Amino acid sequence: MSTNGSGNGVDRKYKWVGTRPIRHDGVDKVTGKANFGADLSFPDMLWGKMLRSPHAHALIKRIDASKALAIDGVKVVATGADLPDLASAETEGGEGGGNMRDLAHNVMARDKALYHGHAVAAVAALTPELADQALAAIEVEYEVLKPVLSIEEALAPNAPILHRDLRTKGVKDSGPTNVAARIPFVKGDVAKGFSEAEHVVERTYRTQTVHQGYIEPHAVVARTNPDGQSVVWCCTQGAFVVRAYCAAVLGLELSQLKVIPSEIGGGFGGKTTVYTEPIAVLLSRKSGRPVKMVMSREEVFRATGPAGAAKVEVKLGAKRDGTLVAAQARLWYEAGGFPGSPFGAGSMTVFAPYDVPNISIEGFDVVVNKPKTAAYRAPGAPQSAFATEQALDELARELKLDPIELRLKNAAKEGTQAAYGAKFARIGFVETLEAAKKHPHYRAPLGPNQGRGIASGFWFNVGMQSSAEVHLAEDGTATVITGNPDIGGSRASMAICVAEELGIDVTKVRPVVGDTETAGYCDLTGGSRVTFATGLAAIEASRDIAQQLRERAAKIWGSDVAKVEFVDGRCQPAKGSGLDHAPLSVADIAKQMARTGGPINGRAQVNPRGAGPGFATHLCDVQVDPDTGRVDVLRYTAIQDAGRAVHPSYVEGQMQGGASQGIGWALNEEYVFDQNGVLENAGFLDYRMPVASDLPMIDTVVIEVPNPGHPYGVRGVGETPIVAPLAAVANAIHAATGKRMTELPISPPRLLAALQQ
Amino acid sequence: MAIVLIPPAMRALTGAERVTLAAANVRALLGALETRYPGFADALGPRFAVSIDGEIRSDADYDPLADGSEVAFLPPLAGG
Repeated sequence: MSTNGSGNGVDRKYKWVGTRPIRHDGVDKVTGKANFGADLSFPDMLWGKMLRSPHAHALIKRIDASKALAIDGVKVVATGADLPDLASAETEGGEGGGNMRDLAHNVMARDKALYHGHAVAAVAALTPELADQALAAIEVEYEVLKPVLSIEEALAPNAPILHRDLRTKGVKDSGPTNVAARIPFVKGDVAKGFSEAEHVVERTYRTQTVHQGYIEPHAVVARTNPDGQSVVWCCTQGAFVVRAYCAAVLGLELSQLKVIPSEIGGGFGGKTTVYTEPIAVLLSRKSGRPVKMVMSREEVFRATGPAGAAKVEVKLGAKRDGTLVAAQARLWYEAGGFPGSPFGAGSMTVFAPYDVPNISIEGFDVVVNKPKTAAYRAPGAPQSAFATEQALDELARELKLDPIELRLKNAAKEGTQAAYGAKFARIGFVETLEAAKKHPHYRAPLGPNQGRGIASGFWFNVGMQSSAEVHLAEDGTATVITGNPDIGGSRASMAICVAEELGIDVTKVRPVVGDTETAGYCDLTGGSRVTFATGLAAIEASRDIAQQLRERAAKIWGSDVAKVEFVDGRCQPAKGSGLDHAPLSVADIAKQMARTGGPINGRAQVNPRGAGPGFATHLCDVQVDPDTGRVDVLRYTAIQDAGRAVHPSYVEGQMQGGASQGIGWALNEEYVFDQNGVLENAGFLDYRMPVASDLPMIDTVVIEVPNPGHPYGVRGVGETPIVAPLAAVANAIHAATGKRMTELPISPPRLLAALQQ
Repeated sequence: MAIVLIPPAMRALTGAERVTLAAANVRALLGALETRYPGFADALGPRFAVSIDGEIRSDADYDPLADGSEVAFLPPLAGG
């Protein structure tokens, strides 16, 4: 056994964990050499394009592609008829599970288009221009239906029904409906709790559909060999998931597909599923040639998965001293054209940061004629926290309590049982609140029309499956191979874990992102899991190497392996072993690998428990222009428990990125649909995300309350930072104006209207 | 014996918020729940996460349960 590293790492002195080495892929990325999804081309390649529905809700009566196929240079056309008809069934699994029929029908519509932009046919041609001509020549006969464009429309009596066979999961005999599921959570007796409350606040909050806004559109190249083997190059958060989904949609065996992930220009959850990837494979299989498909920005907006709009009713009851005695929520999440909104996670997170004895929660998954939603950083939690954290702010004001003190009084701690059942282990929520209270930002003076808001956020974090291999080179340097595309600096994290365990310089460790044939299985880069779970695999693979190094040293010394210990990158005689040898470094032993038994490779695969939850508290100062309703964020501080920051720069980057996206969600971002369900702002000029000049420097405070479930104490950090900003901004606006803004975005027209009331 | 926190939607089946059952792991626990409350597995469906003493896991079929372990069944969780 390796002797360096055990327990949760509280007492361990780290050499590399907590340092900030330059990321190994940094030079490639800043010099433009890194290969992203659209960078790959082949000489005999065809260009694939999708024909998309011009209607938000329509029956597809007929598709005639004969005129398209008659165009010289147009090679193949594909429609839903080319794909197997899958049975509707939930498949097992975490991120790899889901309803494959819905996935397949989202990739390519069959008898019904469910949103404007839904793919109905695809072509492959010699040039992009010819592909466009072919799309224009395809004749599709639609029977246009009335679209369902909001939760209220979906729930209305006599609402158009999107799926005739849809019934409400969790409700007996619901009949045809647009509500795909209902889930309740109950703790204590909420009626009794409210009867004991001395003060109650209650409001309804609404958020709009927003996009992750990753800078790189989806891109894929698929090539199929005559033996039926297809290779897929694409930008994705998970090559193994692309392989599984493509195989399911196309009816192939996993061994018929190899998926090679490119570098990825952002995902934030939006690249955890497939859109054009199976169709590129299909077109490639039909044509026998490589097929490249690159989405336009407009297609990304119209046809990939955003975070859905939500309506959240929250009611809080408290004693006069601020002690929460009851909390009630009803949450409706738009799922888009197919079931699958994050209504469950939204329901589970809505009161999770607080220890409330009596809770009632009811969540609903609602289908509407909008793009099928996908994951977006802490899916479901920003919407629910927008409601709860504003309700707490209102409660604090009405009870004349400091909003941080109110949260501290009710904060979840180790042993608190959330309404969804789980009891928290050691968590750092209180520490984030204490840090906020002490931060100079919290007491800094404010000027006219300025206000300060605070809000907190929670995300579960997950573990899931990961694999890692570490290969030792003959000069003592190492390579670590995992199957997780690097979005937020995970190569550096993997290298740091290996350097820490083997006691070698982090620049001597080369981190590699493998494909589905060169890396062991890894679930998605998502769920704030890579540094936690894949890092754990890298640690265990390194410890496998350390064990082999001890065996080699024992062989060299002619001793028993039990008399050799591995400390700080060296094999040395164990205390009391009676051995008298100079220590051997990793490089010393690596030089002798061939003579002592051959290559030294470490391997580990994990599906770990113990992904510690993440908590954050954010402070936000805004200035409101009373004449225009414009809001400027003047100062922003994000405070988060990272457990242990393996590479603090990338932890801070996650916190700043999440805060920036949350500020955009709060102030400007929304999908604007016309009455026919046509998205009117499918581009970055009209869909306004904040850019660097819109934001102040976002200050970060990294709290480290070690996670007992990880040898270094690591917690996931990628998602928690987007949960608090929506309410932090809204609370700041309330402080500046006295207006409680319950609907997002708090854009100038909406705020001006409120100010003029 | 494991303590199972029954999801509210399934309490009509069990008639209780908590039940106590002997089981060595999650799979055995699910079997015991189905035996005692026929229809439990169908109502739970194929996609769910499990919280064991506060640690949330998917794919937890063979996770061992200690005496007194508290188990909750949750919607599947992933993330972005």
